Order: sequence, then C-alpha cells, then structure tokens
Amino acid sequence: MENSVIEIIGAVLVLLGAIFLFLGALGLVRMPDVYNRIQAGTKASTLGTFLSLIGLLLIIPAWWGKLILLVIFILITNPVSSHVLARASYCIKVPMFKKTVVDKYKEDVVKLFKKDENND
Amino acid sequence: MKIKSQFALFVVLMIVWFLINNSFQIEIVIIGAVLSFIISLIFGRRTDVLNEFKFTPAAFFYTLVYLLVFFVELIKSNIDVALRVIKPSLPINPGIVKTKTVLKSKMARMILTNSITLTPGTLTVDIDDDILYIHWIDVESDDIDVATEKIVKKFEKILVKIYG
Repeated sequence: MENSVIEIIGAVLVLLGAIFLFLGALGLVRMPDVYNRIQAGTKASTLGTFLSLIGLLLIIPAWWGKLILLVIFILITNPVSSHVLARASYCIKVPMFKKTVVDKYKEDVVKLFKKDENND
Repeated sequence: MKIKSQFALFVVLMIVWFLINNSFQIEIVIIGAVLSFIISLIFGRRTDVLNEFKFTPAAFFYTLVYLLVFFVELIKSNIDVALRVIKPSLPINPGIVKTKTVLKSKMARMILTNSITLTPGTLTVDIDDDILYIHWIDVESDDIDVATEKIVKKFEKILVKIYG
C-alpha cells in the first residue's frame, strides 16, 4: 500500500516534468528570435528535467546515485551551453527581435573581442 | 599548490565513481582509486579552481541556504516563462542589460553566472571583469543599478558570505 502511494507521487512528478518539457518545446516554436528561443527552449526545460528525475527517484530508489549525478551534470553543463550558444549567435550577428528594448552589449562588443584576441 | 588541486580532483573523481557504481566491493574501490589517481596526476594542475571550495561550517550552512534560494527562484521563474509561452499575446520585452558584481573569486563568479543563466528569463551573454551582460526576457529597467538589484543581488548577497 505504502509503496503504491510513493509510486503514484513519482508518476505525478514525472507527468509534471513532461508538461514543463512540452512548454519548453512550445516556446521554441513561438519565440521570435534566437536569444528568446534559448531562454524558452534550454531553460523552461530545466525544471522539467529535474521533476522527471525526482519522480524517477521515487519510483526506482535503487538508481539514486546515477540520478544525482545526472542532476549535477545538467546543473553544470546546461548554463554553459546556453551561454555559449547566445554568445556565438551574437558574434555571427544573428539579428535580434525587432521589439528588443535595449542592447547594452553592442557598445562594448568590439572592445571585448579585441581583448580576447590579445589574450590568445 | 599543485598537490592540493590534484587531491581535490582525486576526491571529486572518487565520489563520481562511487555514485556510478553504487557499491563498495574491494575490486571496484581499487580500480576507481587507480584510475582517479592517474587522471588527477595528468589533469590536476588545470583544476586549481577547485581549491576555492571552502569547508568551514559557515560556508556549509550558507551553501544550503543558497541551494534553497536557488531552487525557489528556479521554480518561480520556470513558471513565469511557461506562462509567457502559453499566453496568446506572447508578453515578452527582451533586451541585453549591463549589471555589476562585487564578487572577486573565479568560483563565486562561475556559480553566480551559472545560477543567473539557469533561472529562465535571464541569460548571461558575456562577462568582462565585474560587468555582466545579461539577456533579459522582460526588461524592467535598463539602468545598471536597478538591473543589478533585480537580477544579481538575490544570489550575490549569499555568495558574498561564502567566498567574500
């Protein structure tokens, strides 16, 4: 009896995670430019992935070690990849959404890239 | 200095090895120890950022507080972005703003920028010494101080207590 209650909670968490992952995918289609797509796609999904993994942890407790490793791995790699994608798209001058309010990066970007070249 | 960072890498590798295998049989421990030793011998000098971890009780306490604050922010902002995606009018107001950080250590800056990027709605595009360039999905103000207050401060005030 107790076991099945925990399993149901786990299943609900996995379902919630799947809903967040779906919303992330929907965001990829709806957002107007690269930077906003990165926001929706790579990150509305963080909570989705975490909820799925926690739900799985409740259903199959024996996998705890690997699941914790997965969470740590996502915590470290996910922000790095979204940062690099955003910076690389800025470097090759992917246009921003026309309703973009402010772009403070533009003023300094030339100076920053020069600095990077000198460091290499 | 080199020995210390090699040892830190060795400990991290051993923890990962035990989490993967989930067993403490003698053969598995020996294989893990030998492999971790070789890897940390070769790559140890490149991981000096691990030295900046602090193991005092206060640091441990504030790390727990930080994780709590971080997960609350993660859930709040995930729901916020999800609602923006669902709404038919797509209420976004994007832009790149400048913010400032007072943190000096590499490790603290890495944790800060990673946290900012992981909470949806804000995305670190670049860092130049103490200036962070952040893509914000709903720009409330392009002023450097107000943006710092809104995005950076909630994480920074705890990290300052750990890494000073």
